[in-house]
Amino acid sequence: MIEEKFDAIVVGAGMAGNAAALTLAQRGLKVLQLERGEYSGSKNVQGAILYADMLEKLIPDFREDAPLERHLVEQRFWMMDDRSHTGLHYRSDDFNEEKPNRYTIIRAQFDKWFSQKVREAGATVLCETTVTELAQDAYGRVIGVRTDRADGEIHADVVVLAEGVNGLLGTRAHLRERPKPDKVALAVKEMHFLPRETIEARFNLKGDEGMVIEAAGTISRGMTGMGFIYANKECISLGIGCLVADFQRTGETPYGLLDRFKRHPSVAPLIEGSEVKEYAAHLIPEGGFKAIPQLYGEGWVVVGDAAQLNNAIHREGSNLAMTSGRIAAEAIFQVKSRKDPMTAENLALYKTMLDESFVIKDLKKYKDMPALMHTQSQNFFLTYPELVSRAMQNFLRVDGTPKVEKEKTTFKSFIKARSWSGLFGDAFRLARAWR
Amino acid sequence: MSIEPSVRVEDKLFYNRYLVDAGRAHIKVRPHTTPSPELLTMLKACPARCYELNDKGQVEITVDGCIECGTCRVICEGSGDIEWSYPRGGYGVLFKFG
Repeated sequence: MIEEKFDAIVVGAGMAGNAAALTLAQRGLKVLQLERGEYSGSKNVQGAILYADMLEKLIPDFREDAPLERHLVEQRFWMMDDRSHTGLHYRSDDFNEEKPNRYTIIRAQFDKWFSQKVREAGATVLCETTVTELAQDAYGRVIGVRTDRADGEIHADVVVLAEGVNGLLGTRAHLRERPKPDKVALAVKEMHFLPRETIEARFNLKGDEGMVIEAAGTISRGMTGMGFIYANKECISLGIGCLVADFQRTGETPYGLLDRFKRHPSVAPLIEGSEVKEYAAHLIPEGGFKAIPQLYGEGWVVVGDAAQLNNAIHREGSNLAMTSGRIAAEAIFQVKSRKDPMTAENLALYKTMLDESFVIKDLKKYKDMPALMHTQSQNFFLTYPELVSRAMQNFLRVDGTPKVEKEKTTFKSFIKARSWSGLFGDAFRLARAWR
Repeated sequence: MSIEPSVRVEDKLFYNRYLVDAGRAHIKVRPHTTPSPELLTMLKACPARCYELNDKGQVEITVDGCIECGTCRVICEGSGDIEWSYPRGGYGVLFKFG
C-alpha cells in the first residue's frame, strides 16, 4: 500500500477528470490522478468539438499553446436519404473573432496538453495504472482505490469518479447501474488524412477556418442515430453512431453503417483519395436528464460521461464533462476549507451547484427528447427524411407539371405516410419535448 | 443479406496501435453449449468483430483487436454471458488521435 494519503484521487484523465484534477490542484489540494492509458488521451475518443467558454473558465489563455485544429465558422445540418441530402447551413464571418467560440480538436493530442497543465498546477498524474475497485470501509464509505500495481491500495478523503461512459468502478461498488442499451449510443469513427489545401478547397475554408456537418436520416437505417464530418487541419473526422439497443434490434453492423455513410453520393467526394489512419469506437450517453445517476455519496462524486452528462440534442458532452469536473472540485474545495468531512451530506453541495449550472438546466429542458427520438426512430430517421427529399426534388425539378399539382403531390405523400393525426401528433410531441 | 461489398474490419484495425497483454484477456466469455441471444448479437454489434462463432456453434472472443468501447459489456454483462474488465494499465488499444 502507498502510505501517503491524498486529499483527493481523480480516476480518469478525460475532459471531466482533467478539469477536476486541475481545479483541485489550483486550489492547493493534494491530488492524485490515475489514468490507465500510456498517457492522458491515449484511451479517449471524441468527434471532437471543443467549446472555448468552458475551457476558458479553467485555463483562460489556452489559445496560446493548446493543440487546436480549426475554429468553426460554419455548421451544416443534413437530412439525408439514400441519394440526396437537404441541408441547413449556417456560416458567419462573426465566428472569425479574436477569441473563437468552438474549435475542432484531436483528443489524444489535446488531452496530452491538458494533462501537462494538470501537472503544472501541482497534481500527481500516474498513467498506465488501471483502478480495479474502490476501497471502502466497514460502513461502505469510499476511502480510496485499489489499482493493478503491486502496492495497489491508495487512500484519500474523496474519490472523483471520472471514469467515462463505460466506468466500471461505480457499478462494481453498486453506486450506479451499468448503462442500459437504450441509454447509450455506439459511435464508430475514422480519421481521413488529406492535404490541408484539399480540405480547405472541398469545404470552402480559408486558413484555420473550420466547419462541421451533422447528418441524420436514412444513413442510420431506421435507427436513432447521426453521422458527423468534422474538418481538422490535415484530416477529417468522419463517423456515425446509433443507439446500442437499435443495433441489438436490427442486427446492423457499426462498420457496415460507417461504410455506407462514406459511400453516400454527398459524402464520398469529400473524402476521396484520403488515407485512413485510425478506426475508433466509443459509447455516448444518450439517456439525458432521466438517466443521470446518484451524483455523490460517502467519500465520492461522479462527473462527466460516467454520470451520463451529455446533451444529445446539441451534441454537447465534453463541455458538460469539463464543467461538472470543475464544479465537483469547487464543491470539494469548499467542504475541505470548512474542515468538514467528505460525507454524502456535505458533498451534496456538488449537486446543488450543478443544478444551478447550464449542465442540469439544459438536460432538464430536453428531458423528454430521448424517449421521443428513441420510440419514433422509424419516423424521424427514415420516413421524414425520405418525404423531405421527395418534396425538395418535386419542388426543384422542372418538368411541365403545374405547380399546383406538384404541391398536391407533396402534400398527399406526407398524409399518406404519416396521416393527419400522425403529422400533428409528431409536431405536437416534438414541440412539447423541445420546449 | 445484402449485395453491398463486405467491409473488412481487420483492415480497419490494422490502422490502430495496440499493446497486447498476451495471456490476459480483459474480456472473457462464459463457457456455454448454446449461445444466448445477447452473445449472438455481439457477432454483429462488436465494432472490432472480436466475437466469432466456432465450429461447434459457440461464441468465442479474441480480444487482440478490441477498441474498448464497452458495447458488449452493455449488452452481455447483465446476463452473465461475459466478464468485462479494463486491460492492465498501459495495455490494449493506444489511440494516436482518439
